[in-house]
Amino acid sequence: MAAITLRINGSERKVDVAPETPLLWVLRDTLELTGTKFGCGAGLCGACTVHADGAPVRSCSTPVSQAATKNITTIEGLTTNGLHPLQLAWIEEQVPQCGYCQTGQIMAAAALLAKNPRPSDDQITQAMSGNLCRCGTYDRIRRAIHRAAGTGGSE
Amino acid sequence: MSPLSRRDFLTAGVAAGAGLVIGFYLPHGSSAANAFAPNAYLKITPDGKITIVVARSEMGQGVRTSLPMILAEELEADWKQITIEQAGASTLYGDQTTGGSASVRTTWDPMRKAGAAAREMLISAAALEWGVPRSGCKAENSAVVHAASSRRLTYGQLASKAGAQPIPNDVPLKQAKDYQIVGKPLPRLDVPSKVDGKAEFGIDFRLSGMKYALLARCPVNGGKVSSFDDKESKRISGVAFVGKISDSAVAVVAESVWSAMEGRRVLNVQWDEGPNKDFDSAAMLSSLKKSASSKAVTLYSTGDVSKASGQRIAAEYQLPLMAHAAMEPGNCTAQFRGSSCELWAPTQVPQDVRDSVAQAIGLDPDQVKVNVTLMGGGFGRRLEHDYGVEAALVSKAANAPVKVLWTREDDMRNSTYRPASYHQLSALVDGQGWPVAFSHRIVAPSISGQKGLPTPNGIDPDLPDEAALIYSLPSALLEYVMTETPVPLGWMRSVYALQAGFASESFIDELAAAAKKDPLEYRMHLLSKDEDIKFFDTVWHTARMRGVLQLAAEKAGWGKPLPAGHYQGIACFGCFSTYMAEVVEISMEGDRPHIHRVVAVMDCGQVVNPNILEQQIKGGVIYALTNALRAQITIEKGRVVQGNFDDYAPIRMNEAPLIEAYSVPSTEAPTGAGEPPVPPLAPALCNAIFAATKKRIRALPILS
Repeated sequence: MAAITLRINGSERKVDVAPETPLLWVLRDTLELTGTKFGCGAGLCGACTVHADGAPVRSCSTPVSQAATKNITTIEGLTTNGLHPLQLAWIEEQVPQCGYCQTGQIMAAAALLAKNPRPSDDQITQAMSGNLCRCGTYDRIRRAIHRAAGTGGSE
Repeated sequence: MSPLSRRDFLTAGVAAGAGLVIGFYLPHGSSAANAFAPNAYLKITPDGKITIVVARSEMGQGVRTSLPMILAEELEADWKQITIEQAGASTLYGDQTTGGSASVRTTWDPMRKAGAAAREMLISAAALEWGVPRSGCKAENSAVVHAASSRRLTYGQLASKAGAQPIPNDVPLKQAKDYQIVGKPLPRLDVPSKVDGKAEFGIDFRLSGMKYALLARCPVNGGKVSSFDDKESKRISGVAFVGKISDSAVAVVAESVWSAMEGRRVLNVQWDEGPNKDFDSAAMLSSLKKSASSKAVTLYSTGDVSKASGQRIAAEYQLPLMAHAAMEPGNCTAQFRGSSCELWAPTQVPQDVRDSVAQAIGLDPDQVKVNVTLMGGGFGRRLEHDYGVEAALVSKAANAPVKVLWTREDDMRNSTYRPASYHQLSALVDGQGWPVAFSHRIVAPSISGQKGLPTPNGIDPDLPDEAALIYSLPSALLEYVMTETPVPLGWMRSVYALQAGFASESFIDELAAAAKKDPLEYRMHLLSKDEDIKFFDTVWHTARMRGVLQLAAEKAGWGKPLPAGHYQGIACFGCFSTYMAEVVEISMEGDRPHIHRVVAVMDCGQVVNPNILEQQIKGGVIYALTNALRAQITIEKGRVVQGNFDDYAPIRMNEAPLIEAYSVPSTEAPTGAGEPPVPPLAPALCNAIFAATKKRIRALPILS
């Protein structure tokens, strides 16, 4: 066990966990931030996506010790005030079905828009293909990203 | 899963201070007194809040929105005032199983009648209050109005008086043309909580003092724990308990998921691998083929195929084991309290979980309370009670509230799989290539049979909903050979319809090709006569199948010029009383299909919510695409080979085609929606591949 100080959603949080513990479980079990999901534990599905210094990372495959030097943002801290344009677009486009993967999808999309505010279809595909959805919401995800970006879309 | 035959009863009463409480219940040994229980279907409180109880499980298919819409329509409720409450396992709601695309089709009548009865009682209460005839009063927007005197009382104001009104018999139901809620693409009530992380799935639920458990299960199905050494596990910080909880599993219970994972990683278990240690799924597929000559039972017969004559065309098809792979891995939270046990279960079968848990831990079913959480997908995997039983056993053994969690690998390797199947098809065709006889023999184990459920006349009870042959044929014979397998089986989205549809609709395409006829025209010819085709209890209409085919062809531009290198395939299939047709457009990149576009058309009768229906259709197509292209579970030396999303790889956005979803306008009673989009996809795709390459794919997955 080790005392580790994390910077999560703008606040310092001290945790006492084994340093190799994946960030995912520290977020979920220790800090009770359960909006970040466990899907595969192997960086294959993206359900656990959070931001580390703004970049999308797989928290299931990131040891908490590596996260300590970064600013971590989870779905709970995506905005400090109200909903993110992507969250509004997700509601407008009625994206979620079961909804389990959607927080990870939104975090991946938010990282994309932060870097590229007006992504093309191909850029959306590129950025989002790491995130699995078994309900098959991909077309609405694409539409919602275009809506949030104000880029209309290709359909 | 066949819906049970059910009668609905209406009753009402006033719970103390609660306003109007209306419940209908489907008696399964429940007494009339139950209807006065607080968890009836509808509650209107004096503050105007309308609560509708959802007694099916939400796994993404939208029942927490679509079912309340049905009741709210007849209630003449203001949709904005509706809140929902999720029912746990109960004796008030009949069979709460969420499966078989049955939630809307089996609650359509009872939900409408419950809403209508409440509406009539509210009108009576208002008429009495005003001293005017009922006939001058009308319900609208959660209020009763008396037009002649311009008076208005809200449902909240009427709530307590309405409960004292007699329960009406033969309540009038609204005409489809008057619908204000049903048929509208209303936003789902659960969406806002699913974009900000607040939605609480089974895996998110927590209790004070709760511990987490992972189980070491025998890697070979049917194996047992010989012995285990937990010395290393107990050295892991946070591990609180290690113990055998059944013949085949050892639980590691810890303060955190990670500690439980680490504790399990170093746990040393000696297994007695049991009778299946040499099981091989390739050998299983060969033996299915051998079983085709075993005695078959008839599912459907028309004319006499043995008396027909013509040119014989035959083919055989084969499908592998598949896994559901819902995004939320298996889990359940349980708190055993000596003489009771409470569970928080992401489950499609709360009542089965209750009963199975009771049996496993030696309690009566009424000592077990099952709360139903949101589910991160189900697809049939959560029709099993295993997660719940494990959680209860571990909570009892560890004497603590426990969440049992499965990893992705646990889920992939200890699942209940879609059965593999083998299909023999043959036809006799006349000089123009039209079938005079059509035979299909389905060889597959019975899911229900393996679970000890009834299989009347040797027929798996799912087949009646999932294997209909909806063409006008001079003679046809559909048969089933029930086989056995040690592989644990489960119901997976569309169940046997995936297999039956793939074999049958690919073979129809073979016949069309042999006849040198257009595959659409060939099907339309076989549907050209208006005919009612009775398959078990369902009467199918060729006209409705024609309707979906025609619309799909029209929307897809069937027969029109396509971009260079593009080819289309078509298929239609009916299951869960719903008609479906799909056109798939592809180009080939080497020997792999690139899927550009899928047009999917459904006739499911009255559409309750087109927004949700579109999700179901498009999602079903994506799910089916994974099944067609890659989904395959193989077993070597008794062990499931696939483990995670790398070797069991669902479709991602980069492979997702453009999908267009349509429904045929209809005011027929609603039928299934979640599963029917699945079966036509694989045959339509393989038929497109045939159009492109002249190569017929007769075994899934395509990319094996």
